[in-house]
Amino acid sequence: MTTAWIVVAVLFVGTAFMRAVGPVAFGGRSISGRGSAVVGLVAPALLGALVVYETVSAGDRGVALDARLVGLAAALVALALRLPLIAVVLVAAAATALTRLV
Amino acid sequence: MHEHSNVSAGARAGLPLLLPTLALGISFGVLARPVMGPVAPIAMSILVFSGAAQFAALSVLAAGGGAVAAITAGMLLNARWLPMGFAIGPSLRGGPLARAAQGLTIVDASFVIASRGDGSFDRGLLMGATAVQAVAWVSGTVVGVLAGPVLGDPSSLGLDAIFVAFYLALLLEEAHSRRAIAAGLGGAAIAFALMPFTPPGVPIVAASLAALVGLRSNA
Repeated sequence: MTTAWIVVAVLFVGTAFMRAVGPVAFGGRSISGRGSAVVGLVAPALLGALVVYETVSAGDRGVALDARLVGLAAALVALALRLPLIAVVLVAAAATALTRLV
Repeated sequence: MHEHSNVSAGARAGLPLLLPTLALGISFGVLARPVMGPVAPIAMSILVFSGAAQFAALSVLAAGGGAVAAITAGMLLNARWLPMGFAIGPSLRGGPLARAAQGLTIVDASFVIASRGDGSFDRGLLMGATAVQAVAWVSGTVVGVLAGPVLGDPSSLGLDAIFVAFYLALLLEEAHSRRAIAAGLGGAAIAFALMPFTPPGVPIVAASLAALVGLRSNA
């Protein structure tokens, strides 16, 4: 139980630090044209990585191919049908759950 | 300089995230309670407020790992706030403390919503969208902790696929130019290539290098 609280306390400070460094160091500066082109692409680059990570992460290191892949495919279909985000998420969860049942 | 939206416009932009974030919070609460007790998971969601980092730390603790290993796993997934903070910093105003406080509202979905795609960020959208997710994340955790014994294993409900669908939807919204598509695919490829060899979190931070496709002048 104490272990859990140590983890909470350290991650509280560590997370706040990681989020605050950039804004404190670079606040209010203007960036050049090419710099801003790079910065504008950080979001899609990170999202591409997060999709892959959440779909095939084996928890620690390594890759595991499982029912989440079906969830990913179902989410793609739901997005192609222009369903709202909550429906996309529910379709993905349902498809994944059903695959695990089978 | 761009105008910044007000926070309520951000909250409206963040509204579609309410239910998905709630569901993720519930699954965190359900999984965390047997490992961390009833109170620590709720405190963690309020104080740390970083879904991926919390799940990473929890999975280490659940596997019997110690505090240092759990903190390391969490911090590796937190490392992505660093490039995101550097990206968003120039768009924030006020003294260092005010900017640090605004920086604390950086989370994945709000970062994406606030990104104008030209390198600048809308501060009001960032904070408003984060407020919605904070409420959903914390109340979801509370529900999960309380209802955990009734709900059972969240993975049997497919709740782990929520993150997948969530990030995919955000990605497709971002992919409105050839360079954005290239950055997304590049980030995905970097992450996939590194995952078998590096600790969790490293592939995601390294993937932000795919944003360097922005250095190509014409695309």
